[in-house]
Amino acid sequence: MENTIRNAVEMRNVTKTFGSVVANHQVHLELREGEILAILGENGSGKTTLMNMLSGIYYPDNGEIYVHGREVSIRAPKDAFDLGIGMIHQHFKLVDVLTAAENIVLGLPGGTQVNRKALAERIRDISSKYGFTIDPDKKIYNMSVSEKQTVEIVKVLYRGADILILDEPTAVLTPQETEKLFRILKAMKKDGKAIIIITHKLHEVLSVSDRVAILRKGEYIATVETAEADRQSLTEMMVGRSVSLAIARPESEHKHECLRVTSLTCLNSEGIKALDNVSFEAFGGEILGVAGIAGSGQKELCEALTGLYPVKEGAILYHNEIDGVAVVENLVGKTPDEIIRRGISMAFVPEDRLGMGLVASMNMIDNVMLKNYKKSRSPFVDRRTPKEVSERLIRQLQIVTPDVYTPIRLLSGGNVQKVLLGREIDCNPALLIVAYPVRGLDINSSHTIYDLLNEQKQKGVAILFIGEDLDVLMEISDRIMVLCGGKVSGIVDPRVTTKEEIGLLMVQVKESGKEEIPNE
Amino acid sequence: MSKAAVKEHHEPWVHMVKRPAIDKKKAWLIRGIALLGALLTGALLILLLGHNPLEVYASMVNGAFGKKISIQETVKVTIPLLVTGIGIALAFKMRFWNIGAEGQILVGATAATAVVVYGESIPQVPRLILMALAAILAGGLYGMIPAFFKAKWNTNETLFTLMLNYIAIQFIMFLAYQPGWQAEGTTFPKIRTFDAASRLPKVFGVHIGWIIALVIVAAAYIYLTRTKQGYEISVVGESTNTARYAGMNVKKIIIRTMFLSAALAGIVGFLQVAGADGTLTESTAGGVGFTAITVAWLAKMNPFAMILVSLFIAVLQRGSSSIQTSHGIPASAASLLTGLILFFMLGCEFFINYQLIFRKRGKENANG
Repeated sequence: MENTIRNAVEMRNVTKTFGSVVANHQVHLELREGEILAILGENGSGKTTLMNMLSGIYYPDNGEIYVHGREVSIRAPKDAFDLGIGMIHQHFKLVDVLTAAENIVLGLPGGTQVNRKALAERIRDISSKYGFTIDPDKKIYNMSVSEKQTVEIVKVLYRGADILILDEPTAVLTPQETEKLFRILKAMKKDGKAIIIITHKLHEVLSVSDRVAILRKGEYIATVETAEADRQSLTEMMVGRSVSLAIARPESEHKHECLRVTSLTCLNSEGIKALDNVSFEAFGGEILGVAGIAGSGQKELCEALTGLYPVKEGAILYHNEIDGVAVVENLVGKTPDEIIRRGISMAFVPEDRLGMGLVASMNMIDNVMLKNYKKSRSPFVDRRTPKEVSERLIRQLQIVTPDVYTPIRLLSGGNVQKVLLGREIDCNPALLIVAYPVRGLDINSSHTIYDLLNEQKQKGVAILFIGEDLDVLMEISDRIMVLCGGKVSGIVDPRVTTKEEIGLLMVQVKESGKEEIPNE
Repeated sequence: MSKAAVKEHHEPWVHMVKRPAIDKKKAWLIRGIALLGALLTGALLILLLGHNPLEVYASMVNGAFGKKISIQETVKVTIPLLVTGIGIALAFKMRFWNIGAEGQILVGATAATAVVVYGESIPQVPRLILMALAAILAGGLYGMIPAFFKAKWNTNETLFTLMLNYIAIQFIMFLAYQPGWQAEGTTFPKIRTFDAASRLPKVFGVHIGWIIALVIVAAAYIYLTRTKQGYEISVVGESTNTARYAGMNVKKIIIRTMFLSAALAGIVGFLQVAGADGTLTESTAGGVGFTAITVAWLAKMNPFAMILVSLFIAVLQRGSSSIQTSHGIPASAASLLTGLILFFMLGCEFFINYQLIFRKRGKENANG
């Protein structure tokens, strides 16, 4: 080993503010050549802002940036490119109708002529060097998420970047794809590239990185050697105090059938099956986890159940009780309004909280009354009851807000989710559908949400939990239904199933893996 | 070693940042500065035309408020702007870009005129009520056409409402040749002048439209802030997805709200023919449908603020027509002046929402 370790990037005293929000306050960062540095921090800790300054999207208010020992000023993404810095964003920036090769050379200087053969040759060179599998002539719209990500990485490498920044690259990958990505990152590291990976998944940090830089609320906390860290110590630095990481899975006594979905098929606007022959049951007093790669039909399933998405075939049978008499109602073809009016107590926490579940510019009172403002016969709205409900929710769920009149969009992500979930739980549902309930939430808020869900479960509510973090799903769910391309590829018991098995179900529908639906 | 040699790039000269929240005082200060800037720029224009800016401005104020009659005239200009502005605000709050108020005014005016033409035997009070109802219904239905198509097939309401304006104008030109509609004893295409029984009574020298307008302001405020329908408009405007999620019938709400929006424009048509003009021409709306968009926007859809804004614009219009006669300033220069003031007033909203940060001069950072 040489006695001098050169720094690829050094950031000193970098500060960035947005209005009154301090996104980064005097942050230091050192990235060595030939290492993988993980940046760890909760949502809102300023990880992405810091990296955006390195890639020229934002300009720092204060502080200095050194690249390979020279002070630089990065004003635009082009400056970052010239310095050999390449960022792979969470949301891919590719042109769907072009091929991989075309996307890779897009925007590069040079004439209108592209020597496709030479280009394909170079792409294959890069691929074989680091272990990618990529077909240069495949169109982007035919690619899976992980293939698209590969194109993004090759694009950056093709432009000669030796400093790579990956923003939450594993959020959309299956466990197998994640492993493959990590192998590639390690190969690039060996080649002397400096790599930054932003993530909040601790086990990934531990398995791939050499060092970890920790941010908390915009402040730089420390950089530690990964070999000397563990889950508990990293969490404590990230959150600022010790927390328990375990998620409870309480047992519930009263299990009863609440919802039975049979052969549900939905077509999207292009006539392609978004849901294909989906059948399952949900029981009261149980959390049914729903796993799958993003876009496998989770959104359509939620919306079909709540009357927001047209159903082509199949039945959604809901066990309702009218005047003490048990009846089974088919929800197919009913509008959300009809579902509410028939007294079907179904609550739905949608994925798009501020675009569907809540109205961002309105205050808490107006948001709390969103679903039951029609109850009274008067043409005027009653804001008194919702105000009382709001005040109660603030107390019960410890929602941090100046008052009930503050627009929801000014609240933090965790508090927004508490308002939404609080409103939905407040109507005493029998069935609760939650889509990605902890996305973007810090550890503390996430655990509050898990506790709330478990509390509902013990009250006998049937819960459908659509999640993306397999670790969480496996800890909290009683059963996990795996979706793949709109089909149910399996319903498994997380107590006896491994993560790898679920990962396999996420990418392929195995007939043998399908659970038989018992007929009574 | 000099700093400049080390640094390859320079910090950008200026960049803009969104303001978190501005206090009311500062916002009004910015608006005040904008008005001053508009007046100064206008003064340059007036100087260029060879007049004394102070005199011209004084004459503008004088033209709007100088005599009793000029105040009455200013109020007369305010009424249609105010009521149409409220109508437009209903649609705009729902993010339905109704720029067809001009046509909806004309259709309302035409329907009111039809009552005059075909209902000569009806006495004054029921006739005026009938005229008002006809205007409301006709205007409202005219506005429902684009709303229906938007709700059913998601057509572009901006183009649709705009095109309907021209149909309404051409229809009036067609009517001007029709027997019964055309003024008697002339071959000139002109619609007859209303008889006294078809005119609105006056209160304080201005037709009672101003009282109707104030009632509409209060009603609209209550409708938007206190009723379920007003709440639905806000939710649909923010996000149709949320509205659907909440079990609202989005199509019904779009059609209903556009009916109300256009019905208000229809009322304006009625007020113009029965109150201000006493006849129907293709310039009955006279651009009110478009100016009212500015009113609604500057007032941020608040009905009470619209009273002030529409009055302000009316003063500008009256004032600029006054300086045409008193100083011989051409009409185009006068409207240029009005445009300047509006440009500054609308433009300053940018500085209320955003902040410009300039590069600090002579930044001395000790390093290396």
